[in-house]
Amino acid sequence: MNFDYTEEERALAEQARRLLADKSPPALIRSLLEGEGADRREALWTEISALGWPAVAIPESQGGIEFGHVALCALAEEIGRAVAPLPMLPSIYLAAEAIAAAGTQPQMQRWLPALASGEIIGTAFLTPGAITVRDGRLTGSVSPVPYGAEAGVAIISAADGLHLVDLTRPGVTRSALNTIDDSVPHAAITFDAVEAEPLGARNGSALGDHIVSRAAVLVAFEQLGGAEACLQMALAYVRERKTFARVIGSYQAIKHRLADIYVATEVARSNAYYAAWALATGAPELPLAAAAARIAATEAYEFASAECIQIHGGIGFTWEADCHLHYRRSRLLAQALGPMAQWHDRLADALDRREAA
Amino acid sequence: MDFDDTPEDAVFRAEVRAWLAKHAPRHAPPPGEADAEGFALLPLARQWQTAKAEAGYARIGWPVAYGGRGGSVIQEVIFDEEQRRFPLPPDAFGISLGMCITTLLNWAAPEVLERFVAPALRGEEIWCQLFSEPSAGSDLGNVRTRAVRDGDDWIVTGQKVWTTGAHVSDWGTILVRTDPGAEKYAGLSYFWFDMRSPGVEVRPIRQASGHAAFNEVFLTDVRIPDSQRLGEVGGGWKVAISTLLNERMSVNEADIANITIDDVVAMARKVAPDGRRPIDDAASRARLASLYVRSLGVRYSRYRMLTRLAQGEEPGPEAAMGKLVLGRNIQDMARFAMEMRGPAGIIVDRQGDPELTEMQEAWLYAAGLRIAGGTDEILRNTIAERVLGLPQETRLDRGIPFNQLSN
Ligand SMILES: Cc1cc2nc3c(=O)[nH]c(=O)nc-3n(C[C@H](O)[C@H](O)[C@H](O)COP(=O)(O)OP(=O)(O)OC[C@H]3O[C@@H](n4cnc5c(N)ncnc54)[C@H](O)[C@@H]3O)c2cc1C
Repeated sequence: MNFDYTEEERALAEQARRLLADKSPPALIRSLLEGEGADRREALWTEISALGWPAVAIPESQGGIEFGHVALCALAEEIGRAVAPLPMLPSIYLAAEAIAAAGTQPQMQRWLPALASGEIIGTAFLTPGAITVRDGRLTGSVSPVPYGAEAGVAIISAADGLHLVDLTRPGVTRSALNTIDDSVPHAAITFDAVEAEPLGARNGSALGDHIVSRAAVLVAFEQLGGAEACLQMALAYVRERKTFARVIGSYQAIKHRLADIYVATEVARSNAYYAAWALATGAPELPLAAAAARIAATEAYEFASAECIQIHGGIGFTWEADCHLHYRRSRLLAQALGPMAQWHDRLADALDRREAA
Repeated sequence: MDFDDTPEDAVFRAEVRAWLAKHAPRHAPPPGEADAEGFALLPLARQWQTAKAEAGYARIGWPVAYGGRGGSVIQEVIFDEEQRRFPLPPDAFGISLGMCITTLLNWAAPEVLERFVAPALRGEEIWCQLFSEPSAGSDLGNVRTRAVRDGDDWIVTGQKVWTTGAHVSDWGTILVRTDPGAEKYAGLSYFWFDMRSPGVEVRPIRQASGHAAFNEVFLTDVRIPDSQRLGEVGGGWKVAISTLLNERMSVNEADIANITIDDVVAMARKVAPDGRRPIDDAASRARLASLYVRSLGVRYSRYRMLTRLAQGEEPGPEAAMGKLVLGRNIQDMARFAMEMRGPAGIIVDRQGDPELTEMQEAWLYAAGLRIAGGTDEILRNTIAERVLGLPQETRLDRGIPFNQLSN
């Protein structure tokens, strides 16, 4: 048993942390929220793509560098810590993972190298119900789609399963949306009889669940990194800020709140590590482990980001403070992969199945 | 991340499995009689402990010379995991071995260990820890029980309280004040002694749960030889602190309560009085999910800590988290379990519904768990100060001789 990152994974995370501190500062996130800085966001994507981040868990045979899924988790943690505006969730955790898990050989060859190099951004919309299929063509609207306007390829859930759509095909209309966190662009996409192909040879609802489980593990690491950033930010502040001639970090109400945030992040980290192991090894425990990681990380990040504002007092509620960047991102990620109730269902179903076996 | 056993650990696991399959079933407690607090089933617990000691499984990490097997922390976890699959009498030797004897191993002379470790390991002799007093709990340094030097002995007088297992113990470890004129933490010393010494009076205290696992211990002119001192005169605090560290280390769900999340899951899968399985109901699912992630969060945090120990790091204050989360979680698990039975959740029926009885016992016991060995609040202080580096609580007892403090 070794329940930790390896030296190599740690070194990658270290490198990522330094780069993001420099190239993805809070000021960039803030300008994106103000509707500026999209060019710097693109430049950041180009730079980290050149470093191979999107390719980390993609097989070498498909243009990846095959460093492994735990390494991707380590990167995700750093991305979350920096609230970095990168399309890793839609393009890699969802689209690339889905194609790698279920795509046909030609589908993999067509898309994975381009996703791995960052040249094409992928996205996905996995909530069924909005799209009808006739003669292999998709019609209907999906929204909100992360990086919907920028993406070149999408995995779309329709009544008869998952479809892979080249978004440059005729009949695709996209319109940008505003969200609670505009540092991550979203769009509505309308399909008007757009040519598409089924993802892989056979796929049913189980495939959608499988893909969402895999993505949930990676998102849990982003949430974990974000929660720890909030904890560190709050700790730094309470050591400096004084009231009644004492630093506020000496008040027990504040100390205990921070202890609770710490405990929540540790519970999240431990569940996330277990899920990382399940993801990397293809263990049958994945659905249960992913649901637990998802629930623990969502709770921890939302708790830490809300209490971070609280602990900062008035300054925490200003546009200039970084607290709201995490407050926004924590909610965005909480909503990203389906409502919490669905994760409770997944966890309960997985426990029920395990015990029945 | 690697969860698989190494080849050696896999061999060990197979060995343990085979041994448990052969021996554990013979030691199962009668249904409905498992007592979370440990001593009601003492004869059974002793037999099981002896069986483990003889096979070298009683304390896997201890040196072979003292009846351990010099095994790794990972092997200890493997044994725990495998043991958990069997109904067994509750461990009545956690304090004996995990605290008292562990402290002896770190501080006592080889002859002492020669004499005491083996009988304790087999469960033949039981030890208790006499730290707390009426005015010294969270504020343990406030101990007032007095020890006065008399030739080669110390004469000890005072009162201890909440001493778990004192009524069944042969030996005790005790924190006493040897110098009331010194500063609070500098005037303490640490001894081990015979619980049957003249002047020791043990009075069981009935707990909120109805059991009497802890006691008041009155000490009147009890003679303890100086040779039974551990650490320096005035160095007792250091010895006591090393013991408390062990306490936090040892925390896992199965060790501290009779119920685990698996029991709660099993109950949630059974048809409830309303004709439905709780696990199929949305509100129950949400509760189950939150209990599950906390429970497993602690289990895997322990694995992370063990990974660091295996890499040669020292146990840190991070371990305080385990008890903090589990105390509360066990309380919540038991509440949920009782509610799953509907109105009948309050009925105590040991024979008819042993599963529920265990939950009820755990629910009562959990209220004490959140106090014993460091309260929730003290653990939060520990995390805030020692893990997160925040300022210590304001204290009014610094730099003042103990006998001049106002409390
Ligand atoms: C089941 C059980 C078994 C036990 N077994 C043993 C045993 O075998 N040997 C032994 O020596 N002792 C034993 N104890 C005693 C136990 O260690 C003490 O009860 C515990 O440390 C709390 O001390 P106290 O009871 O004096 O409460 P107090 O210290 O008076 O605490 C009262 C309340 O004040 C809070 N509080 C105290 N100080 C602070 C602070 N600085 N900041 C915030 N809140 C604070 C506490 O959290 C608690 O809520 C046992 C207790 C129980 C319940």
